[in-house]
Amino acid sequence: MSPALPIRLERLAYRVPGKTILDCLEATIAEPGITALIGPNGAGKSVTLRLIDGLLTPSEGTIRIGADGSARRAFVFQRPALVRASVSRNVALALEPLALSRRERTSRIERALARVGLRGRAGDPATKLSGGEQQRLALARAWATEPQLLLLDEPTASLDPAATEALEALVAEMAGGGTKILIVSHNLGQVARLADDVVVLDAGRAVEHGPTRQVLFHPRTAEARAYLKGELPWTSFAAAS
Amino acid sequence: MHETLSDTFSRLASLDREVFAIAWLSLRVSLSAVLIGCLVGIPLGSLVAVSRFPGRSGAVGLLNAAMGLPPVIVGLVVYLLLSRSGPLGPLGILFTPAAMVAAQSVLVTPLIAALTRQIVADAEAHLGEQLRSLRLSAWRRAGILIFDVRFSLLTAVLAAFGRAISEIGAVLVVGGNIDGFTRTMTTAISLETQKGDLALALALGLVLIGLVILVSMAASLLRAYAARAYG
Ligand SMILES: Nc1ncnc2c1ncn2[C@@H]1O[C@H](COP(=O)(O)OP(=O)(O)OP(=O)(O)O)[C@@H](O)[C@H]1O
Ligand SMILES: [Mg+2]
Repeated sequence: MSPALPIRLERLAYRVPGKTILDCLEATIAEPGITALIGPNGAGKSVTLRLIDGLLTPSEGTIRIGADGSARRAFVFQRPALVRASVSRNVALALEPLALSRRERTSRIERALARVGLRGRAGDPATKLSGGEQQRLALARAWATEPQLLLLDEPTASLDPAATEALEALVAEMAGGGTKILIVSHNLGQVARLADDVVVLDAGRAVEHGPTRQVLFHPRTAEARAYLKGELPWTSFAAAS
Repeated sequence: MHETLSDTFSRLASLDREVFAIAWLSLRVSLSAVLIGCLVGIPLGSLVAVSRFPGRSGAVGLLNAAMGLPPVIVGLVVYLLLSRSGPLGPLGILFTPAAMVAAQSVLVTPLIAALTRQIVADAEAHLGEQLRSLRLSAWRRAGILIFDVRFSLLTAVLAAFGRAISEIGAVLVVGGNIDGFTRTMTTAISLETQKGDLALALALGLVLIGLVILVSMAASLLRAYAARAYG
Protein backbone atom coordinates (compact mmCIF):
# COMPACT_ATOMS: atom_id res chain seq x y z
CA MET A 1 0.00 0.00 0.00
CA SER A 2 1.33 3.41 -0.96
CA PRO A 3 2.23 5.56 2.06
CA ALA A 4 0.09 8.28 0.48
CA LEU A 5 -3.08 6.26 0.85
CA PRO A 6 -5.75 6.68 1.83
CA ILE A 7 -6.23 10.39 1.23
CA ARG A 8 -9.08 11.59 3.39
CA LEU A 9 -10.61 15.02 2.96
CA GLU A 10 -12.94 15.50 5.88
CA ARG A 11 -15.48 18.34 6.04
CA LEU A 12 -12.93 20.51 4.30
CA ALA A 13 -13.72 24.22 4.16
CA TYR A 14 -11.63 27.02 2.74
CA ARG A 15 -12.72 30.61 3.05
CA VAL A 16 -11.20 33.94 2.16
CA PRO A 17 -12.71 37.18 3.45
CA GLY A 18 -16.17 37.50 1.94
CA LYS A 19 -16.04 34.24 0.04
CA THR A 20 -16.43 30.53 0.67
CA ILE A 21 -14.36 28.60 -1.83
CA LEU A 22 -14.63 25.09 -0.42
CA ASP A 23 -17.64 24.21 1.59
CA CYS A 24 -17.68 20.98 3.58
CA LEU A 25 -15.87 18.96 0.96
CA GLU A 26 -15.76 15.22 1.71
CA ALA A 27 -13.80 12.63 -0.22
CA THR A 28 -11.80 9.51 0.46
CA ILE A 29 -9.33 8.35 -2.12
CA ALA A 30 -8.23 4.87 -1.18
CA GLU A 31 -7.16 3.28 -4.45
CA PRO A 32 -3.68 3.54 -5.99
CA GLY A 33 -3.24 4.82 -9.52
CA ILE A 34 -4.57 8.03 -10.99
CA THR A 35 -7.47 10.00 -9.60
CA ALA A 36 -8.87 12.84 -11.70
CA LEU A 37 -10.46 15.95 -10.22
CA ILE A 38 -12.90 17.51 -12.63
CA GLY A 39 -15.53 20.22 -12.45
CA PRO A 40 -16.40 23.66 -13.81
CA ASN A 41 -14.13 26.71 -13.62
CA GLY A 42 -14.04 28.06 -10.11
CA ALA A 43 -15.28 24.82 -8.54
CA GLY A 44 -12.27 24.74 -6.24
CA LYS A 45 -10.07 22.10 -7.88
CA SER A 46 -6.82 24.07 -7.75
CA VAL A 47 -7.53 25.18 -4.19
CA THR A 48 -8.11 21.55 -3.21
CA LEU A 49 -4.75 20.51 -4.69
CA ARG A 50 -3.02 23.39 -2.88
CA LEU A 51 -4.62 22.34 0.39
CA ILE A 52 -3.47 18.76 -0.11
CA ASP A 53 0.06 19.95 -0.87
CA GLY A 54 0.04 22.14 2.22
CA LEU A 55 0.43 25.40 0.30
CA LEU A 56 -2.86 26.52 1.88
CA THR A 57 -4.29 25.76 5.28
CA PRO A 58 -7.93 24.71 5.57
CA SER A 59 -10.30 27.04 7.40
CA GLU A 60 -12.08 23.99 8.74
CA GLY A 61 -11.88 20.23 8.45
CA THR A 62 -8.86 17.99 8.06
CA ILE A 63 -6.73 16.41 5.40
CA ARG A 64 -5.20 13.04 6.22
CA ILE A 65 -2.66 11.60 3.86
CA GLY A 66 -1.69 7.99 4.48
CA ALA A 67 -1.26 6.63 7.96
CA ASP A 68 0.92 9.41 9.30
CA GLY A 69 0.94 12.22 6.74
CA SER A 70 4.62 11.73 5.98
CA ALA A 71 4.16 10.90 2.29
CA ARG A 72 6.46 12.92 0.04
CA ARG A 73 4.45 15.21 -2.21
CA ALA A 74 5.25 17.06 -5.40
CA PHE A 75 3.21 19.61 -7.34
CA VAL A 76 3.29 20.35 -11.05
CA PHE A 77 1.51 23.58 -11.88
CA GLN A 78 -0.36 24.48 -15.03
CA ARG A 79 2.38 26.87 -16.02
CA PRO A 80 5.79 25.45 -15.26
CA ALA A 81 7.65 27.72 -12.85
CA LEU A 82 11.34 27.46 -13.67
CA VAL A 83 14.26 29.50 -12.42
CA ARG A 84 16.65 31.26 -14.78
CA ALA A 85 19.30 28.61 -14.64
CA SER A 86 20.22 25.47 -16.51
CA VAL A 87 17.84 22.56 -17.00
CA SER A 88 19.78 20.37 -14.58
CA ARG A 89 20.06 23.17 -12.02
CA ASN A 90 16.26 23.35 -11.95
CA VAL A 91 16.06 19.69 -11.03
CA ALA A 92 18.89 20.04 -8.51
CA LEU A 93 16.93 22.72 -6.69
CA ALA A 94 14.13 20.27 -5.93
CA LEU A 95 16.61 17.82 -4.44
CA GLU A 96 18.17 20.32 -2.02
CA PRO A 97 15.80 19.65 0.89
CA LEU A 98 16.36 15.90 0.56
CA ALA A 99 19.97 15.98 1.77
CA LEU A 100 21.27 13.43 -0.72
CA SER A 101 24.87 12.52 -1.36
CA ARG A 102 26.44 14.27 -4.32
CA ARG A 103 26.53 11.03 -6.26
CA GLU A 104 22.93 10.18 -5.59
CA ARG A 105 21.92 13.71 -6.55
CA THR A 106 23.75 13.59 -9.87
CA SER A 107 22.38 10.20 -10.73
CA ARG A 108 18.80 11.21 -9.91
CA ILE A 109 19.08 14.33 -12.06
CA GLU A 110 20.40 12.30 -14.96
CA ARG A 111 17.75 9.62 -14.63
CA ALA A 112 14.90 12.12 -14.35
CA LEU A 113 16.07 14.11 -17.37
CA ALA A 114 16.62 10.95 -19.38
CA ARG A 115 13.14 9.79 -18.57
CA VAL A 116 11.51 12.93 -19.97
CA GLY A 117 13.87 13.04 -22.95
CA LEU A 118 15.80 16.13 -21.86
CA ARG A 119 19.14 14.56 -21.06
CA GLY A 120 20.80 16.21 -24.04
CA ARG A 121 19.55 19.61 -22.86
CA ALA A 122 20.87 19.38 -19.29
CA GLY A 123 23.16 22.37 -19.71
CA ASP A 124 20.75 24.60 -21.63
CA PRO A 125 18.99 27.53 -19.96
CA ALA A 126 15.60 26.23 -18.81
CA THR A 127 13.77 29.32 -19.99
CA LYS A 128 14.91 28.61 -23.55
CA LEU A 129 12.90 25.36 -23.69
CA SER A 130 9.58 25.19 -25.52
CA GLY A 131 6.36 25.09 -23.49
CA GLY A 132 6.09 21.33 -23.80
CA GLU A 133 9.73 20.82 -22.88
CA GLN A 134 9.33 23.12 -19.89
CA GLN A 135 6.38 21.11 -18.67
CA ARG A 136 8.37 17.91 -19.10
CA LEU A 137 11.17 19.50 -17.10
CA ALA A 138 8.68 20.39 -14.37
CA LEU A 139 7.62 16.76 -14.34
CA ALA A 140 11.23 15.59 -14.23
CA ARG A 141 11.82 17.90 -11.30
CA ALA A 142 8.88 16.36 -9.47
CA TRP A 143 9.97 12.89 -10.50
CA ALA A 144 13.52 13.31 -9.20
CA THR A 145 12.20 13.80 -5.67
CA GLU A 146 10.56 10.36 -5.92
CA PRO A 147 7.20 11.58 -4.64
CA GLN A 148 4.67 9.21 -3.19
CA LEU A 149 1.90 11.63 -4.06
CA LEU A 150 2.04 13.72 -7.23
CA LEU A 151 -0.37 16.61 -7.75
CA LEU A 152 -0.90 17.78 -11.32
CA ASP A 153 -2.94 20.92 -12.02
CA GLU A 154 -3.94 20.96 -15.69
CA PRO A 155 -0.42 19.97 -16.74
CA THR A 156 -1.25 19.77 -20.43
CA ALA A 157 -3.55 22.79 -20.72
CA SER A 158 -1.19 24.72 -22.96
CA LEU A 159 0.46 21.85 -24.80
CA ASP A 160 -0.04 20.62 -28.35
CA PRO A 161 -1.38 17.09 -28.95
CA ALA A 162 2.05 15.49 -29.33
CA ALA A 163 3.41 17.10 -26.17
CA THR A 164 0.20 16.17 -24.36
CA GLU A 165 0.59 12.56 -25.39
CA ALA A 166 4.23 12.52 -24.27
CA LEU A 167 3.28 13.93 -20.89
CA GLU A 168 0.39 11.50 -20.46
CA ALA A 169 2.73 8.58 -21.13
CA LEU A 170 5.09 9.85 -18.44
CA VAL A 171 2.28 10.29 -15.95
CA ALA A 172 0.99 6.77 -16.63
CA GLU A 173 4.50 5.42 -16.20
CA MET A 174 4.87 7.16 -12.84
CA ALA A 175 1.55 5.78 -11.66
CA GLY A 176 2.71 2.35 -12.77
CA GLY A 177 5.77 2.83 -10.59
CA GLY A 178 3.57 3.20 -7.52
CA THR A 179 3.20 6.98 -7.25
CA LYS A 180 -0.31 8.04 -6.32
CA ILE A 181 -1.41 10.74 -8.75
CA LEU A 182 -4.10 13.39 -8.46
CA ILE A 183 -4.69 15.24 -11.70
CA VAL A 184 -6.96 18.19 -12.45
CA SER A 185 -7.99 18.31 -16.07
CA HIS A 186 -10.66 19.79 -18.31
CA ASN A 187 -9.62 17.42 -21.07
CA LEU A 188 -12.10 14.61 -20.61
CA GLY A 189 -10.44 12.48 -23.26
CA GLN A 190 -7.35 12.67 -21.09
CA VAL A 191 -9.36 11.80 -18.00
CA ALA A 192 -10.79 8.78 -19.82
CA ARG A 193 -7.32 7.69 -20.97
CA LEU A 194 -5.51 8.15 -17.66
CA ALA A 195 -7.77 8.09 -14.64
CA ASP A 196 -8.85 5.10 -12.61
CA ASP A 197 -11.40 7.09 -10.67
CA VAL A 198 -12.91 10.55 -10.90
CA VAL A 199 -14.02 13.08 -8.31
CA VAL A 200 -16.42 15.76 -9.55
CA LEU A 201 -16.25 19.10 -7.75
CA ASP A 202 -18.94 21.72 -8.00
CA ALA A 203 -19.19 24.96 -6.06
CA GLY A 204 -16.68 23.86 -3.46
CA ARG A 205 -18.13 20.42 -2.78
CA ALA A 206 -17.37 16.93 -4.04
CA VAL A 207 -20.63 15.97 -5.68
CA GLU A 208 -19.64 12.63 -7.13
CA HIS A 209 -16.84 10.09 -6.88
CA GLY A 210 -16.59 6.79 -8.72
CA PRO A 211 -14.78 4.74 -11.34
CA THR A 212 -13.93 6.77 -14.45
CA ARG A 213 -16.32 5.06 -16.83
CA GLN A 214 -19.21 5.24 -14.44
CA VAL A 215 -18.72 8.94 -13.69
CA LEU A 216 -18.14 9.93 -17.33
CA PHE A 217 -20.89 7.81 -18.89
CA HIS A 218 -23.45 7.44 -16.14
CA PRO A 219 -23.14 10.41 -13.84
CA ARG A 220 -25.57 10.17 -10.96
CA THR A 221 -25.83 13.79 -9.93
CA ALA A 222 -27.34 16.71 -11.81
CA GLU A 223 -24.17 18.80 -11.29
CA ALA A 224 -21.93 16.15 -12.84
CA ARG A 225 -24.34 15.71 -15.76
CA ALA A 226 -24.43 19.46 -16.37
CA TYR A 227 -20.63 19.73 -16.35
CA LEU A 228 -20.09 16.73 -18.60
CA LYS A 229 -22.74 17.86 -21.05
CA GLY A 230 -21.14 21.28 -21.34
CA GLU A 231 -17.54 20.18 -21.43
CA LEU A 232 -17.43 16.83 -23.13
CA PRO A 233 -16.18 16.93 -26.70
CA TRP A 234 -18.27 13.87 -27.56
CA THR A 235 -16.69 13.00 -30.84
CA SER A 236 -13.07 13.09 -29.79
CA PHE A 237 -13.99 11.44 -26.53
CA ALA A 238 -15.74 8.57 -28.31
CA ALA A 239 -12.66 8.12 -30.48
CA ALA A 240 -10.38 8.12 -27.48
CA SER A 241 -12.30 5.57 -25.43
CA MET B 1 30.39 81.09 -26.85
CA HIS B 2 32.71 79.73 -29.51
CA GLU B 3 35.68 80.49 -27.31
CA THR B 4 34.06 78.71 -24.37
CA LEU B 5 33.51 75.59 -26.45
CA SER B 6 37.04 75.33 -27.80
CA ASP B 7 38.36 76.07 -24.34
CA THR B 8 36.14 73.25 -23.01
CA PHE B 9 37.63 70.78 -25.43
CA SER B 10 41.18 71.84 -24.79
CA ARG B 11 40.64 71.36 -21.08
CA LEU B 12 39.04 67.98 -21.74
CA ALA B 13 41.89 67.00 -24.03
CA SER B 14 44.54 67.86 -21.50
CA LEU B 15 42.43 66.00 -18.95
CA ASP B 16 43.06 68.70 -16.48
CA ARG B 17 44.24 67.17 -13.23
CA GLU B 18 41.67 69.17 -11.36
CA VAL B 19 38.83 67.81 -13.50
CA PHE B 20 40.16 64.33 -13.08
CA ALA B 21 40.37 64.61 -9.30
CA ILE B 22 36.85 65.97 -9.06
CA ALA B 23 35.43 63.24 -11.30
CA TRP B 24 37.26 60.58 -9.33
CA LEU B 25 35.86 61.84 -6.02
CA SER B 26 32.32 61.93 -7.41
CA LEU B 27 32.66 58.43 -8.70
CA ARG B 28 34.10 57.10 -5.45
CA VAL B 29 31.43 58.74 -3.31
CA SER B 30 28.51 57.65 -5.47
CA LEU B 31 29.74 54.11 -6.02
CA SER B 32 30.33 53.68 -2.29
CA ALA B 33 26.84 54.96 -1.57
CA VAL B 34 25.32 52.62 -4.15
CA LEU B 35 27.28 49.70 -2.69
CA ILE B 36 25.95 50.45 0.79
CA GLY B 37 22.49 51.00 -0.71
CA CYS B 38 22.67 47.53 -2.30
CA LEU B 39 23.86 45.83 0.86
CA VAL B 40 20.93 47.26 2.79
CA GLY B 41 18.30 47.86 0.13
CA ILE B 42 18.35 44.53 -1.72
CA PRO B 43 17.81 42.33 1.38
CA LEU B 44 15.31 44.84 2.77
CA GLY B 45 13.27 45.04 -0.44
CA SER B 46 13.34 41.26 -0.84
CA LEU B 47 12.22 40.73 2.72
CA VAL B 48 9.25 43.06 2.28
CA ALA B 49 8.42 41.30 -0.99
CA VAL B 50 8.37 37.74 0.35
CA SER B 51 7.15 38.12 3.93
CA ARG B 52 3.68 38.80 5.24
CA PHE B 53 3.41 40.95 8.33
CA PRO B 54 0.87 43.39 9.74
CA GLY B 55 1.34 46.86 8.31
CA ARG B 56 3.06 45.53 5.23
CA SER B 57 1.13 47.64 2.75
CA GLY B 58 1.99 50.70 4.84
CA ALA B 59 5.66 49.73 4.67
CA VAL B 60 5.45 49.35 0.90
CA GLY B 61 3.82 52.77 0.59
CA LEU B 62 6.50 54.32 2.76
CA LEU B 63 9.24 52.69 0.74
CA ASN B 64 7.77 53.92 -2.53
CA ALA B 65 7.37 57.42 -1.15
CA ALA B 66 10.96 57.40 0.12
CA MET B 67 12.17 56.82 -3.44
CA GLY B 68 11.42 60.47 -4.12
CA LEU B 69 13.14 61.98 -1.06
CA PRO B 70 14.49 65.43 -2.00
CA PRO B 71 18.31 65.24 -1.81
CA VAL B 72 18.63 68.55 -0.04
CA ILE B 73 16.30 67.38 2.74
CA VAL B 74 18.30 64.17 3.11
CA GLY B 75 21.42 66.32 3.26
CA LEU B 76 19.88 68.49 5.92
CA VAL B 77 18.86 65.54 8.11
CA VAL B 78 22.27 63.90 7.78
CA TYR B 79 23.86 67.28 8.52
CA LEU B 80 21.87 67.54 11.74
CA LEU B 81 22.89 64.01 12.71
CA LEU B 82 26.56 64.63 11.99
CA SER B 83 26.86 68.19 13.25
CA ARG B 84 28.91 68.70 16.38
CA SER B 85 25.86 68.76 18.64
CA GLY B 86 24.12 65.94 16.77
CA PRO B 87 23.98 62.31 17.94
CA LEU B 88 26.69 61.29 15.47
CA GLY B 89 28.73 64.43 16.00
CA PRO B 90 31.58 62.63 17.81
CA LEU B 91 32.40 60.82 14.56
CA GLY B 92 33.66 64.14 13.28
CA ILE B 93 32.98 63.35 9.64
CA LEU B 94 30.90 66.38 8.67
CA PHE B 95 32.37 68.11 5.60
CA THR B 96 34.32 65.01 4.58
CA PRO B 97 33.72 62.55 1.74
CA ALA B 98 32.49 60.06 4.37
CA ALA B 99 29.60 62.37 5.18
CA MET B 100 28.74 62.60 1.48
CA VAL B 101 28.74 58.82 1.23
CA ALA B 102 26.46 58.66 4.27
CA ALA B 103 24.00 61.17 2.82
CA GLN B 104 23.93 59.55 -0.62
CA SER B 105 23.47 56.13 0.98
CA VAL B 106 20.38 57.43 2.75
CA LEU B 107 19.23 58.81 -0.57
CA VAL B 108 19.65 55.65 -2.67
CA THR B 109 18.80 52.91 -0.16
CA PRO B 110 15.02 53.44 -0.33
CA LEU B 111 15.23 53.66 -4.12
CA ILE B 112 17.05 50.33 -4.35
CA ALA B 113 14.79 48.73 -1.74
CA ALA B 114 11.58 49.87 -3.45
CA LEU B 115 12.68 48.75 -6.92
CA THR B 116 13.98 45.46 -5.51
CA ARG B 117 10.69 44.87 -3.75
CA GLN B 118 8.78 45.31 -7.01
CA ILE B 119 11.12 43.08 -9.00
CA VAL B 120 11.25 40.33 -6.36
CA ALA B 121 7.47 40.51 -5.81
CA ASP B 122 6.93 39.83 -9.53
CA ALA B 123 9.28 36.85 -9.35
CA GLU B 124 7.54 35.63 -6.20
CA ALA B 125 4.18 35.75 -7.96
CA HIS B 126 5.63 33.55 -10.68
CA LEU B 127 7.84 31.20 -8.63
CA GLY B 128 6.88 31.52 -5.00
CA GLU B 129 4.33 28.76 -4.81
CA GLN B 130 6.56 26.32 -6.66
CA LEU B 131 9.48 27.04 -4.33
CA ARG B 132 7.29 26.59 -1.27
CA SER B 133 5.99 23.35 -2.71
CA LEU B 134 9.60 22.16 -3.00
CA ARG B 135 9.82 22.68 0.80
CA LEU B 136 12.74 25.07 0.55
CA SER B 137 13.38 27.25 3.58
CA ALA B 138 12.29 30.88 3.58
CA TRP B 139 15.88 32.13 3.41
CA ARG B 140 16.69 29.79 0.59
CA ARG B 141 13.59 30.88 -1.30
CA ALA B 142 14.51 34.54 -0.91
CA GLY B 143 18.03 33.75 -2.11
CA ILE B 144 16.75 31.90 -5.16
CA LEU B 145 14.37 34.74 -6.03
CA ILE B 146 17.11 37.37 -5.77
CA PHE B 147 19.42 35.25 -7.87
CA ASP B 148 16.66 34.76 -10.43
CA VAL B 149 16.16 38.51 -10.89
CA ARG B 150 19.84 39.44 -10.62
CA PHE B 151 19.96 41.09 -14.02
CA SER B 152 16.75 43.04 -13.48
CA LEU B 153 18.21 44.30 -10.23
CA LEU B 154 20.93 45.86 -12.32
CA THR B 155 18.34 48.36 -13.48
CA ALA B 156 17.63 49.32 -9.88
CA VAL B 157 21.33 49.67 -9.14
CA LEU B 158 21.80 51.77 -12.23
CA ALA B 159 18.90 54.05 -11.32
CA ALA B 160 20.46 54.49 -7.90
CA PHE B 161 23.85 55.33 -9.38
CA GLY B 162 22.26 57.85 -11.73
CA ARG B 163 20.47 59.50 -8.85
CA ALA B 164 23.57 59.61 -6.68
CA ILE B 165 26.08 60.89 -9.24
CA SER B 166 23.78 63.63 -10.50
CA GLU B 167 22.40 65.00 -7.25
CA ILE B 168 23.78 68.14 -5.73
CA GLY B 169 21.69 68.93 -2.67
CA ALA B 170 22.95 66.23 -0.32
CA VAL B 171 26.66 66.43 -1.16
CA LEU B 172 26.61 70.20 -1.02
CA VAL B 173 24.98 70.38 2.40
CA VAL B 174 27.08 67.73 4.15
CA GLY B 175 30.26 68.05 2.09
CA GLY B 176 30.51 71.79 1.89
CA ASN B 177 32.08 71.88 -1.60
CA ILE B 178 35.60 72.24 -0.22
CA ASP B 179 38.16 72.72 -2.98
CA GLY B 180 40.30 69.64 -3.47
CA PHE B 181 38.53 67.72 -0.71
CA THR B 182 34.75 67.48 -1.03
CA ARG B 183 34.20 69.16 -4.38
CA THR B 184 32.23 66.85 -6.69
CA MET B 185 31.27 67.28 -10.30
CA THR B 186 27.81 68.64 -9.54
CA THR B 187 28.94 71.08 -6.88
CA ALA B 188 31.87 72.18 -9.04
CA ILE B 189 29.65 72.72 -12.09
CA SER B 190 27.32 74.86 -10.04
CA LEU B 191 30.18 76.87 -8.56
CA GLU B 192 32.13 77.35 -11.81
CA THR B 193 28.95 78.48 -13.55
CA GLN B 194 28.41 81.08 -10.88
CA LYS B 195 32.04 82.18 -11.09
CA GLY B 196 31.77 82.43 -14.85
CA ASP B 197 34.30 79.73 -15.74
CA LEU B 198 31.92 78.20 -18.23
CA ALA B 199 34.63 76.18 -19.95
CA LEU B 200 35.45 74.28 -16.80
CA ALA B 201 31.74 73.89 -15.97
CA LEU B 202 31.06 72.46 -19.43
CA ALA B 203 34.11 70.19 -19.35
CA LEU B 204 32.90 68.80 -16.04
CA GLY B 205 29.39 68.47 -17.42
CA LEU B 206 30.67 66.46 -20.37
CA VAL B 207 32.67 64.19 -18.10
CA LEU B 208 29.61 63.68 -15.90
CA ILE B 209 27.40 62.78 -18.85
CA GLY B 210 30.12 60.57 -20.29
CA LEU B 211 30.41 58.67 -17.01
CA VAL B 212 26.67 58.11 -16.74
CA ILE B 213 26.48 56.92 -20.35
CA LEU B 214 29.47 54.63 -19.88
CA VAL B 215 28.04 53.01 -16.78
CA SER B 216 24.60 52.52 -18.30
CA MET B 217 26.11 51.10 -21.49
CA ALA B 218 28.10 48.60 -19.46
CA ALA B 219 24.92 47.63 -17.65
CA SER B 220 22.87 47.15 -20.79
CA LEU B 221 25.64 45.10 -22.38
CA LEU B 222 25.61 42.86 -19.34
CA ARG B 223 21.82 42.55 -19.52
CA ALA B 224 21.89 41.75 -23.21
CA TYR B 225 24.48 39.09 -22.58
CA ALA B 226 22.38 37.70 -19.75
CA ALA B 227 19.24 37.67 -21.87
CA ARG B 228 21.04 35.65 -24.51
CA ALA B 229 22.50 33.24 -21.98
CA TYR B 230 19.59 32.79 -19.58
CA GLY B 231 16.45 33.92 -21.43
N1 LIG C 1 -6.54 33.43 -2.82
C1 LIG C 1 -7.79 33.56 -3.28
N2 LIG C 1 -8.51 34.64 -2.95
C2 LIG C 1 -9.76 34.82 -3.37
N3 LIG C 1 -10.40 33.94 -4.16
C3 LIG C 1 -9.75 32.84 -4.52
C4 LIG C 1 -8.40 32.58 -4.11
N4 LIG C 1 -8.01 31.41 -4.65
C5 LIG C 1 -9.06 30.96 -5.34
N5 LIG C 1 -10.10 31.81 -5.28
C6 LIG C 1 -11.43 31.62 -5.88
O1 LIG C 1 -11.87 30.34 -5.51
C7 LIG C 1 -12.60 29.76 -6.55
C8 LIG C 1 -12.04 28.40 -6.87
O2 LIG C 1 -10.75 28.56 -7.41
P1 LIG C 1 -9.93 27.38 -8.06
O3 LIG C 1 -8.72 27.99 -8.63
O4 LIG C 1 -9.77 26.28 -7.08
O5 LIG C 1 -10.90 26.91 -9.22
P2 LIG C 1 -10.69 25.72 -10.23
O6 LIG C 1 -11.71 24.69 -9.92
O7 LIG C 1 -9.28 25.30 -10.22
O8 LIG C 1 -11.07 26.43 -11.58
P3 LIG C 1 -10.37 26.35 -13.03
O9 LIG C 1 -10.99 25.20 -13.72
O10 LIG C 1 -10.78 27.63 -13.67
O11 LIG C 1 -8.90 26.22 -12.83
C9 LIG C 1 -12.54 30.73 -7.71
O12 LIG C 1 -13.77 31.44 -7.77
C10 LIG C 1 -11.41 31.64 -7.37
O13 LIG C 1 -11.64 32.93 -7.86
MG1 LIG D 1 -7.62 25.61 -11.50
